[in-house]
Amino acid sequence: MNMTTLPLLQQLVLVLAAIVLFLSFVLLAQTRLISAIHAFAWQGALVAAVTSVVAATGQVPHLYFSAALTLALKAILIPWMLHRLVRRLQLERHTESLQSPTLVTMAAVALVIFSYWLVLPMIQAELTFTRNIVAVSLAVVLIGLLMMVFRTQAVAQVLGFMSMENGLFLAAVSATGGMPLVVELGVAFDVLVAMVLFGVFFLQIRESIDSLDVDRLNRLSETPGETRTEGQ
Amino acid sequence: MNALTLVLLTPLLGALVLGLIRPAAPAGWFNLGVSVVSLGAALWLGWTVALVGDAVDTGPGSITGSLSGGIAGLAFRVDAFNVYLVVLTAFVGLTTSIFSRPYMRHVIDTGRIGPNRLRTYHSMYQLFMFTMLVALTTDNLGVMWVAVEGATLATVLLVSLYRTPEAVEAAWKYFILCGVGIALALFGTVLTYFAAQQVISDPAAGLNWSTLYAEAGRLEPAVMRLAFVFLLVGYGTKVGLVPMHQWLPDAHSEGPTPMSAVLSGLLLNVALYAVVRLKMLVDGSLVHSSSPHLAGYLLMGFGLVSFMVAGLFLHRQRDIKRMFSYSSIEHMGLMTFGFGLGGPLATFGALLHMLVHSLTKSAIFITVGHAAHIAGTQSIEHIRGLIRTQPAVGWSLLIGVAAIAGFPPFGVFMSEFLLLTATMKTAPWFTLALLSGLAVAFAGLFRHLHPMVYGIPPEGQRPVEANMIPVAVHLTLVLWLGLAIPAFLANWLDRATGLITGTRLL
Amino acid sequence: MDHYLTLPGWGIAFVQSFLYIALAPLLVGWVRKVKARLQNRRGAPLLQAYRDLYKLLAKEVRVAHTASPLFRAAPYIVFTATWMAAATVPLLVVDLPTAAIADIIVLVGLLALARVFLALAGMDVGTAFGGMGASREMMIGALAEPAMLMAVFTLTMTAHSTNLSSVIDQHLADGFMLRPSYLFALGGLVLVAIAETGRIPVDNPTTHLELTMIHEAMLLEYSGRHLAMMEWAAQIKLLLYGTLIANVFLPWGIGRGVSAAALGLGLAAVLAKLAVLGVALAVGETVLAKMRIFRAPAFLNLALLLSLLGLLSHVILEVGA
Repeated sequence: MNMTTLPLLQQLVLVLAAIVLFLSFVLLAQTRLISAIHAFAWQGALVAAVTSVVAATGQVPHLYFSAALTLALKAILIPWMLHRLVRRLQLERHTESLQSPTLVTMAAVALVIFSYWLVLPMIQAELTFTRNIVAVSLAVVLIGLLMMVFRTQAVAQVLGFMSMENGLFLAAVSATGGMPLVVELGVAFDVLVAMVLFGVFFLQIRESIDSLDVDRLNRLSETPGETRTEGQ
Repeated sequence: MNALTLVLLTPLLGALVLGLIRPAAPAGWFNLGVSVVSLGAALWLGWTVALVGDAVDTGPGSITGSLSGGIAGLAFRVDAFNVYLVVLTAFVGLTTSIFSRPYMRHVIDTGRIGPNRLRTYHSMYQLFMFTMLVALTTDNLGVMWVAVEGATLATVLLVSLYRTPEAVEAAWKYFILCGVGIALALFGTVLTYFAAQQVISDPAAGLNWSTLYAEAGRLEPAVMRLAFVFLLVGYGTKVGLVPMHQWLPDAHSEGPTPMSAVLSGLLLNVALYAVVRLKMLVDGSLVHSSSPHLAGYLLMGFGLVSFMVAGLFLHRQRDIKRMFSYSSIEHMGLMTFGFGLGGPLATFGALLHMLVHSLTKSAIFITVGHAAHIAGTQSIEHIRGLIRTQPAVGWSLLIGVAAIAGFPPFGVFMSEFLLLTATMKTAPWFTLALLSGLAVAFAGLFRHLHPMVYGIPPEGQRPVEANMIPVAVHLTLVLWLGLAIPAFLANWLDRATGLITGTRLL
Repeated sequence: MDHYLTLPGWGIAFVQSFLYIALAPLLVGWVRKVKARLQNRRGAPLLQAYRDLYKLLAKEVRVAHTASPLFRAAPYIVFTATWMAAATVPLLVVDLPTAAIADIIVLVGLLALARVFLALAGMDVGTAFGGMGASREMMIGALAEPAMLMAVFTLTMTAHSTNLSSVIDQHLADGFMLRPSYLFALGGLVLVAIAETGRIPVDNPTTHLELTMIHEAMLLEYSGRHLAMMEWAAQIKLLLYGTLIANVFLPWGIGRGVSAAALGLGLAAVLAKLAVLGVALAVGETVLAKMRIFRAPAFLNLALLLSLLGLLSHVILEVGA
């Protein structure tokens, strides 16, 4: 593909997608919860922007609806809910010390390369400009996964989960011009319900271990030391 | 109003109504009633499909013999393969709801949960049924994904129902792991849709399994290969394949026992069903590529590893529900291996195994629920002498474990025998692994079982109110299936085999 | 390129390299002036930096007893190496005869040479601060250099050449384009430039507070014309980075031939771009606080990450197999 032949709007899509990827790195390394939530909100807004630009360039009107949905859900509603939860749990000033942040970042870079290698056969199949973004979106998905593995704070894990969803959405938009509407609605509904449940769980976890550091959720292992009773 | 609408609407409406009923007793009965109607509807649906099937021959690779229809603009597809799982789901749903009524009353009586949480429990129980039935009957891969994710969302609050730190931990693990897994499956679905767009002109039909299957040969193999890896890892997490199985023992052991029964007996099946459906697509796409059996090999690999690892882990368990959840992983591994092996014999065996495993495992979990109530603990060390305290429970556990371990007169023996035969035919070296795995699992189960059933009961251990009818029905069915598979059922499974492999066995 | 190998071409190359020396104090003066205004001060006159240099050049040189000849030679080496490096960056016109040596790797190499001598000179006298500054300078250099190389590689991959002149040519030929890789490379290069030229938040050019200074610590023992050379070299370095960013990422206006019009336009354009960059730098220095020296690696890691992402997004998004 020759970059110079692309219209400006399509170059804009590439730039936006690249910034989405960069925000994944920011999310991964950001230790302050509030800042991480803001980064996530920006990521959602950028995914919505990519969607609307793809809608404009590809004349796919139903993508405008998806863009609005993403903006409402990922950039406004979910960050707002997280923000409220964080304030309610008094975690505004919480910072999480990451172990070997450089190593994690390098692992994320390796994931970007891995994603590219993985989707290479697919990119070769067709030469539309958005195909290139599939590698980026897979990288966003995998970095979200990495975040869930490396962060021990429950809210940070949820952010990782939600940024995985962002990556998936980006993949759907860039590879296929958006899934059928009913599927998109279903996915959005699932994400919303998941967010509500995550909120419920924050409270439950807080109640049970008095912290949101899920590393301390370690009672269940293969051979528990003490035997547990059914509590009667 | 057709059968399918009834099958889907009953649990959905049931969930909504149960969300309003707060008193324990009527809610339990209503839950039971909804399950009865569901089973009736499922049987009706099965009958309809059987009629269609008799009229139209299911030739190799053809997708006739199925009912396709639309509700609210969504494509549904019911054929011999999924209708048998629909009936099984409704059936186990019913028997578990029979068991759940007294069980949950006991839980309420001991003050572990209040009426509000019981209301959540009942509502989510039916919602879970609904999502599984949607996942089974929908023709749209995207909707299937939404439904399987919905099943996680419906059950995650049930796993943490008791709000103990362990339960919350188990639920969090379940939520996060399955959420991640299912997200990868969505990526696979997106890739599938991408492959479909290259060959199918109507974008709305691009995710319809029937359409995709008809065009499978034209789907880009490189993309489908990648898609399948993601889909297998994604749905495989739900199946409980090693190494994505971590959530399963926790969720099974910490949730209420009826939940364990339906999770083990039904949810795992639905996830495996999804994997098999997708394997059919990928096989169709890869048939002319350099690696036509890739999907099968992957399934065999994951299946065998799960089978062996879970068998070994059985030995180390101290919690009775954890132990049986590892047994579930082991059997899901075996089925996955069977489907991966391909061929009519192995597929028939795997389908039969799905059926008998669901029946046996839910019976075992029901029994275990009672046993835990008798002993007041789930710890294997402290469950002793069941057969003396309450013979019905003790015998059920003994027979159930004998059945799940693959003792001869039971159906599990039958299906395992079929699977072994198929293995010997196509991949003889694996027979050794399978046999040793079965022996290891057998030893793991029985070393724990013996003291629990025959040991000396502790002082003051009393029987509990237990409804053993579901267990008896399940175990009798399993025994019957072991002695003689009824002709209509054999024919039914054979039609499903024909659908999956393109060749019928009988 | 050959048709520019003419006498006027050489003449302009010569003039251009002297312009670097001449303009460098002006840029520093401009940044100081803007910063003063932002802080509600009137600030020193725009040409104060020239006066400072003039004053220093006239003063007597005092050298410590423990100093080796290297200490005396270092200011000239640092100045010359920085000047040579600056001469490789096109200021007014591209495709000059010097374009043949206008290679990015040469540029990085010359800057590294200057850095090595600066650090050696800092350690030479054997005072505590000189050694401390030298070690900090080398730490930052070690982190900044890979980031800078990565950033310029991103550019060179688009142009298929490590020659700055060709990179700018290619960019001009493509016209206005939104390249994700350029965006990231720009981000990375800006961070590197801030660290390399010792600006806030990595180093504070106006401080002589013992514990925080880096660049100034190495110059503590210098006086007179030696100090003037060192200061001047630092000013040239700032101009060099400013020009690099201005002319590589926003090359419009740069002259493409040897004519009076091209030269005039080039000069006007580069002055305008540098003025804007100077304002941006002043605003940034006013808004940000200097960070602890231990945070500097994180800052430069960010630069490296940006450059790396630039490289990757070039491969993934712009080439796309």
